[in-house]
Amino acid sequence: MLESSSSDKWSRRQSRTDRTMHRIFIGSAVLVSAVIFSIILFVGYQGLQTFRDVSPGTFFFSADWTPDQNRFGAFSFIFGTFALTGLSVIFSVPFAISGAIFMAKIAPNWMREILRPATDLFVGIPSVVYGFIGLTVLVPFLAKLTGTIGYGMLPAAIILAVMILPTILSVSEDALRSLPESLEEASLALGATRWQTIWRVLLPAARPGILTGVILGMGRAMGETLAVFMVLGNSPKMPKSLLDSTTVLTTAIVKDMPHTFYGTAWNNTLYLMALILLLISMLLILIIRLVSRRSEVQ
Amino acid sequence: MLSVLSKRAIGFAMVATLGLGVLTGCGSSNQQGSPAPSQGGGAQELTGTVTASGSTALQPLVNQAAKDFMDKNPKVTVNVTGGGSGTGLKQVADGSVNIGNSDVAAGPEFKDANLKEHIVAIAPFAIVVNEGVTVDNLTKDQAAKIFEGQIKNWKEVGGQDAPITIVHRPESSGSRKLVQQIVLDGKEFTKEGVTQDSSGAVATAVKSTPNSIGYVDTPYLQQGIKAVKFDGVAFSKDNIKNGTYKLFGSERMYTKGEPTGAVKAFLDFILSNDFQNNRVEQLKFLPANLLQK
Repeated sequence: MLESSSSDKWSRRQSRTDRTMHRIFIGSAVLVSAVIFSIILFVGYQGLQTFRDVSPGTFFFSADWTPDQNRFGAFSFIFGTFALTGLSVIFSVPFAISGAIFMAKIAPNWMREILRPATDLFVGIPSVVYGFIGLTVLVPFLAKLTGTIGYGMLPAAIILAVMILPTILSVSEDALRSLPESLEEASLALGATRWQTIWRVLLPAARPGILTGVILGMGRAMGETLAVFMVLGNSPKMPKSLLDSTTVLTTAIVKDMPHTFYGTAWNNTLYLMALILLLISMLLILIIRLVSRRSEVQ
Repeated sequence: MLSVLSKRAIGFAMVATLGLGVLTGCGSSNQQGSPAPSQGGGAQELTGTVTASGSTALQPLVNQAAKDFMDKNPKVTVNVTGGGSGTGLKQVADGSVNIGNSDVAAGPEFKDANLKEHIVAIAPFAIVVNEGVTVDNLTKDQAAKIFEGQIKNWKEVGGQDAPITIVHRPESSGSRKLVQQIVLDGKEFTKEGVTQDSSGAVATAVKSTPNSIGYVDTPYLQQGIKAVKFDGVAFSKDNIKNGTYKLFGSERMYTKGEPTGAVKAFLDFILSNDFQNNRVEQLKFLPANLLQK
């Protein structure tokens, strides 16, 4: 009798807690969705107003950006974003994957304990610090080395490569470590060398995970603004070489957003650029979902 | 495992976005509903709130003025935010702030907004070169041709044989518009060269880039960069006063219609001799009435 009433009270209290927590979780989920959705709506609405003043053909395919004379050709920014992202991934991936293989399969445990936090520290360095080092060390160095101005995609890609390295590395390493032991054992049992095992068996098996890491890194590289802004040169034109001043979408936005008036064609083009970036990030996330789903099926 | 991982990454991205959304939400809620300043009678103690936003170049001066003014009138609150000249003009035209600070005159898009201009200070700027450049003086014509991209080598203006690197400010910046008016007579800048966001960043870039040229507000003159004479005249207060040094802009504070109450008192305080002759120069600006003396 006594027992049952006390256990009743206990279970009632438990179910009340359960209900409250349930509501809190649902509420949070709704709030997050609402925030994201309203951001997309707002940026999209403002951005699409561009086309009242600028034809899509001009915006997407002309590289003539002279806002004072109402010529809004953003092709060079769009091109620059893709080129710079690609370049930084090319610089970063070999190092990141080598590092991941080393940490996951070769390094002794104590070394991994040191290396892993060390790479994660890179994430904590503010981008303004990267940018400042780039501006005061890397740019003058490249200028001296090549006899050019030293600004451009090359220093930006080098800096971005360092910035996205930890992202790609840690995700790839997790992917490699989560492979079933039997793969490695079977490969070695068949007489494969250690290197053959890593190169021919483990890497292909971990490909979806590594791809996820690369795509996450791409997203970071694409969205990084400040560090890139300081070393890119930011001229609104197509670059003639890797060491020539040019502009990407993020820096085009940050350069003029504070000084242009809300609702003007110029300001709307900036929102349109933000929308393009937003859509690209969503596409990247979608690709990650697809890649990981495919790997689950196997 | 992988799907968990990517889901975690996405969750993380969502949390980050949520945080951002909350932040921007706070930011925009600040801009709405600034209470109108109550009418302070002449002899009574002033009360109310004054809000000002806009130019980041002028912000240090307005901040200092706000501090001094609140010491004198403890019942008045003055809130100052940045955001850039464009933001300031837009918000004062909307009526969401009492005062909009700007480095440039309000354009034709504000014709119908009934904005009233108050020039509160003079902001001189200088054409600067990397200290390795041997040129000490540029005529207006030479400077214009450099910024338009017609002169590409220092030897064409009496310097060493080296290509010129121009350091710009963004197309939308007030300083750039000023240089375009005064030096280039409204012609377009070349698209060659590099762009930096602020006077401070331009100074850093000119310092670290050999053979470079740029323009900065005079408070940013520092070691490692050299201010060149413009048409043979060096920057100094006297040369601005006697009209020979042409490189300066006017810092403006706009109100919607005639200011009243605490807003009027605040502007009067900034324009008072006491503030103009002491604080303005401490903050590296020059008094607004310098040219009329």
